[in-house]
Amino acid sequence: MSALPDETGHFGRFGGRFMPEALIAAHEELATAWREAMADPGFTAEFDRMLREYAGTPSLLYDATHLSEEAGARILLKREDLNHTGAHKVRNVLGQALLTKRMGKRRVIAETGAGQHGVATATACAYLGLECVIYMGEVDTARQSLNVARMHLLGAEVIPVTSGSRTLKDAINEALRDWVASVDDTHYMLGTAAGSHPFPAMVRDFCRGIGDEARAQCLELTGALPDSVAACVGGGSNAIGLFTAFVEDPAVAIFGFEAGGDGVDTGRHAATINAGQVGVLHGARTYVLQDEDGQTTESHSISAGLDYPGVGPEHAWLAETGRASYRPVTDAAAMDAMALLSRAEGIIPAIESAHAVAGALEVAEEQPGTTILVNLSGRGDKDMGTAIEWFGLGQQRPDREHAGNKDHPA
Amino acid sequence: MTVRTAFEKAAAEDRATLVGYLPAGFPDVPGGIDALRLMVDSGCDVLEVGLPYSDPVMDGPTIQAAAQQALGNGVRTSDVLRTVEAVAAGGAPTLVMTYWNPVERYGVQRFARDLAAAGGAGLITPDLVPDEAGEWEAAADEHHLDKVFLVAPSTTDARLAMTTEHCRGFVYATAVMGVTGAREASSGLAGPLVRRARAVTDLPVGVGLGVSDGRQAAEVAAYADGVIVGSAFVRRLLDADDRKRGLEALAELTRDLADGVRVRA
Repeated sequence: MSALPDETGHFGRFGGRFMPEALIAAHEELATAWREAMADPGFTAEFDRMLREYAGTPSLLYDATHLSEEAGARILLKREDLNHTGAHKVRNVLGQALLTKRMGKRRVIAETGAGQHGVATATACAYLGLECVIYMGEVDTARQSLNVARMHLLGAEVIPVTSGSRTLKDAINEALRDWVASVDDTHYMLGTAAGSHPFPAMVRDFCRGIGDEARAQCLELTGALPDSVAACVGGGSNAIGLFTAFVEDPAVAIFGFEAGGDGVDTGRHAATINAGQVGVLHGARTYVLQDEDGQTTESHSISAGLDYPGVGPEHAWLAETGRASYRPVTDAAAMDAMALLSRAEGIIPAIESAHAVAGALEVAEEQPGTTILVNLSGRGDKDMGTAIEWFGLGQQRPDREHAGNKDHPA
Repeated sequence: MTVRTAFEKAAAEDRATLVGYLPAGFPDVPGGIDALRLMVDSGCDVLEVGLPYSDPVMDGPTIQAAAQQALGNGVRTSDVLRTVEAVAAGGAPTLVMTYWNPVERYGVQRFARDLAAAGGAGLITPDLVPDEAGEWEAAADEHHLDKVFLVAPSTTDARLAMTTEHCRGFVYATAVMGVTGAREASSGLAGPLVRRARAVTDLPVGVGLGVSDGRQAAEVAAYADGVIVGSAFVRRLLDADDRKRGLEALAELTRDLADGVRVRA
């Protein structure tokens, strides 16, 4: 386990526990249960077994030679898109679901944006026999009806959230409101490495297999560590899951790529570390997109999974200490990368993960000939609706020249 | 008058203190000031002025709706301080109830200074526990402001002792495990919580969350030092056909509650 956070959940000045007192006991209970579970070989063995036999990990580390040729650097893809449910998220939900059972709770609640964490949560709950309620912004239930149907099929209840901006952050608020009233028998299965202690550290540790596997696979494949590692960052669970294994390797550069939306200077983005200010949101001190009165402002990204006005506190810490660099990647650059990877390698990435690919291409240009390990955190099937609109698919093949054309509806 | 002396005055009259909440800027800034003044005139002893926030995780639909309306009208942190100044001038101790981020963004020292200058009595902080409150407590001490932290039915005895130790003014006991909002039946969890709090502090204990009429106020007043009402006031203003009738309903509810805290049954 990493040395941070400290006992009270702080990464330097970030993190902590800014929560209603009514929920503090539940956080304490969870922190204790998690610590004990991780020290219990029976628990970790069962978690490993589920990851191996049910989720299909360790995921491949793929030497993307065609993409590398285009990029001018050696690009290795950590294929989290091949996991059951199609993303890294299955690691987090299996860990938390197993912990829920261990705590003797029978009901799980979770928030979801576009529905990916909702589907993953519903999957883990179906697998382990837990009751499952998903809060999802009303705007998103309309846009993502296919994922709502998946959750229903998996036996979950989906509650459309009509408060606030009716998107992900409001779904988190509503899940917290549920939790205050249901905490005795309910676990809140937060979907990312954000929120109050112990969530950022716990989600990191459930996801850290990504980096632990990738580090060993890279050593075996290339005989050396990569020169840099890259991941997209919304809340930051896939990124911290990758980065953790490399933080103590000073020779490995760490890059996180945030959603630059229409461009950071347009104000329509989700580049929280690049353009936000330090504040408190959803239980932690971190970077927050906010106005001058501290009201949370709306984020924008073509990728629903990155469309969040906060970021996990450990990323804020890694940014402030300079251990990791965080850069914005625009919608257009991400969609270009989606098209490029699809054509070059026959791999359709999630738009979230396409941000990491686009960022890696930028690093490749700056440091040609180096080895860049990229977390391909999810597959793109869920994003075909967006791709159809962006590229005008169906009528014509995506043309890289046109991929970023603003005339295409985003 | 301080919050503490308002509680002592009520205790001397063998009744509970009535604490009333409204968010600032609802229905608009002058309308909110009128409403809060009317609550004092009709029997509230202490006021809580809410700072409308975009992500109010402890609030139910009623207070969310009011805060959202206020934010939609463009209410600013400076308007909250202006509201405090206007109502505190009437003499009733006036606290601000706020989620933490707006204070941090304004600047903790600067907020404490400006709140004190506006005649405000202190802060109630629903998502700031003493564990994270070092900077606020230093600023509050410097500017002689009350620090009201919340305790809940789930609070352990050890945390209850710690939290009340950090409070000044009174202790805010949340009667239910849940968000704000008027409830038909009062909670069986509040009484035991107040007893546990009394065992570790000499501060007055106010009970909030769920009280909606004089009968419930009387029930809570039987065991608590203060009765805190929010959503029921907001509801009166939200439901009224026009502002004049809203204020009439507000005054009527305040009188009913003020009677309730004097019955203590």
